[in-house]
Amino acid sequence: MKREQYTNSFSNIERAKIVDKNEQKGCVPNCAKKGEDTMSIRERLSGNEAAATAMKQINPDVVAAFPITPSTEIPQYFSTFVDNGMVDTEFIAVESEHSAMSACIGAEAAGARAMTATSANGLSLMWEMVYIASGMRLPIVMSLVNRAVSGPLNIHNDHSDAMGVRDSGWIMLFSETNQEAYDNLLMAHRIAENEKVQLPLMVCQDGFITSHSIENIELLEDEKVKEFVGEYHPKHYLLNAKEPMAMGPMDLQAFLFEHKYQQAEAMKNAKQVILDVAKDFEKMTGRSYGLFEEYKLEDADIAIVCMNSTAGTTKDVVDALREQGIKAGLLKVRVFRPFPAEEIAKALSHVKAVAVLDKADSLNGAGGALFTDVTSGMQTNNVTVPTASYIYGIGGRDTTSKEIESVFKDLMKDSKKDKIENPYRYLGLRKE
Amino acid sequence: MTNIDKNTTADKMTIAGNIYEAGNAREFKTGDWRSIRPKYISEKCIQCGLCFPVCPEDAIPVGKDQKRTDFNYDYCKGCGVCAKVCPFGAITMQTEDEE
Amino acid sequence: MSNMIEIRWHGRGGQGAKTASLLLADAAFNTGKYIQGFPEYGPERMGAPITAYNRISDTQIRIHSNIYEPDYVVVVDDTLLESVDVTAGLKKEGAIVINTTKDGEQLKKLLKGYEGKVYTIDARKVSMETLGKYFPNTPMLAAIVKVSGIMKEDEFVKDMEGSFKHKFAKKPEVIDGNMKALKMALEEVKQVS
Repeated sequence: MKREQYTNSFSNIERAKIVDKNEQKGCVPNCAKKGEDTMSIRERLSGNEAAATAMKQINPDVVAAFPITPSTEIPQYFSTFVDNGMVDTEFIAVESEHSAMSACIGAEAAGARAMTATSANGLSLMWEMVYIASGMRLPIVMSLVNRAVSGPLNIHNDHSDAMGVRDSGWIMLFSETNQEAYDNLLMAHRIAENEKVQLPLMVCQDGFITSHSIENIELLEDEKVKEFVGEYHPKHYLLNAKEPMAMGPMDLQAFLFEHKYQQAEAMKNAKQVILDVAKDFEKMTGRSYGLFEEYKLEDADIAIVCMNSTAGTTKDVVDALREQGIKAGLLKVRVFRPFPAEEIAKALSHVKAVAVLDKADSLNGAGGALFTDVTSGMQTNNVTVPTASYIYGIGGRDTTSKEIESVFKDLMKDSKKDKIENPYRYLGLRKE
Repeated sequence: MTNIDKNTTADKMTIAGNIYEAGNAREFKTGDWRSIRPKYISEKCIQCGLCFPVCPEDAIPVGKDQKRTDFNYDYCKGCGVCAKVCPFGAITMQTEDEE
Repeated sequence: MSNMIEIRWHGRGGQGAKTASLLLADAAFNTGKYIQGFPEYGPERMGAPITAYNRISDTQIRIHSNIYEPDYVVVVDDTLLESVDVTAGLKKEGAIVINTTKDGEQLKKLLKGYEGKVYTIDARKVSMETLGKYFPNTPMLAAIVKVSGIMKEDEFVKDMEGSFKHKFAKKPEVIDGNMKALKMALEEVKQVS
């Protein structure tokens, strides 16, 4: 196989070096003044380059990763940063993803800040350790480049990998663009390491669609990131000679239940912490983040709920429909775990019909996982809006503006009826 | 912190069951798990030093003079390994109520 | 949205169509534009047909899907005309740029009645004369910049010189050749129908 296939061929790494040089000089050609005292660096990077750049600026103590398409480039670039002395990180080239997560767990338990990146079957192989990471309350940060979990074999984007770990006790942030993947990673440690949280966190982005697409991005200077992310000083850690401690003890009938409850409470606490960190981030960058983004939702009659890159396409469609006088809106979920059930139910309460787009089929005959969460949230909070589930984009199937428009057209019909008919739908599927 | 039991509520427990104190095993006296007990016959003992290294519970006290004394029955679980290794018949196993 | 230009590249694995699309994105980025440059990943192998895309706009680009109704199409290898429907969805107000020695009449038959403008360039000739090797991507990049008018030619030339100097820092001998290829291509590209 050609090398080009794996390396975004054209001097990405060199480009990353340019970024670094720019920063050393304190700015230059691509620096734009933004806000009052914030300087940002105008760049163009792929989503993978953006993630690797964020990791470079975070400069974690340990990165352990095993390459898998489409996230391969992240550890690849990062290992170059290590080799070039641009970070102080200990890079552990492991022999499998199970070991990658194990190494992160060991490092984080020892008191270090650990990061990793993976996709699809890589995450599947990590699965056992993914639960142990959250169960041991270790704030590891993962960059998950979403890809279909085989089989049959497919390397393209859908969200089946993320949905497979949705109940594993990890905070899950989704990213529409390379910019959001970068920003979410910069906020990740402050959320995960917060004393009220202490949970691992994964930042998701769409494989190939954003991971391999070069797009504009605003980067922060290294110093700004360093200051924002801060140093990691865990209260308890294994390498603390002054406090010998034991982690991961046997936890049987009398105790595991309470420890799981603690995890659930921490997940609840994470909501406010995520918002607090976002507020600080906005002060620095001018870019604001919530639990989800409402795009022209306030007065919308019909709305789509979705995650990651499809939200961008949906925004364009919303604008086009608004020009035709159709009140369409979007709710883009950023924080999928913890799931903001009550907030989402409230935000959708005035809408006449909702479509929830799932890029992974739960294969249960009753809609996708996001659909289930949204509808259960509405039911529990006494919000009754006709809601349909759409499974779409499986295995990298391209999702066009026309298809998104067709969903809104369906919703216009649905909104005229009391009850949704045929609620379990597909978008872009070939069938009779 | 280590003294949790089936009545301890979630808010009183450390996260992930972490234990922040070293050497806390001594707080848990496991001697009552015993169904048979070793008996130390000091007259037969020549202080050869074979028994105490094999004790899984560290229940054979050894003084600064390198000599062993009687068993610590707070922790001895009665496994009988010491009796097996003693070449001099200085340790015998007997039921709990036997004198 | 209305000022957005969409370009689709058709090439064969190994010819550098993807690289050319990224270079175009880079050049447009350097003139202050919002850009997208992405390949359509398939079972990519040397010689297999590949597709790459560019979006270039004055405002933020939010859409994340492939391009179905491009303003411009670039064909890096004219043998693709027989097997790939290169003008599919191509706007008739747009244009297609083909690396070929075929004339307008021959192309008309291959392009299935495409009504828009057709431009050609003999990128092989340009590349062989300036670089001594067949690298069609630099001439094709120049050709699409000229045809689409995405940016001013002089700005483009200046920007590319900077990129080449950076990209070939360890092989300075190829910088001149690439610059010659670029300038020659800007002259050589011609409208045939």
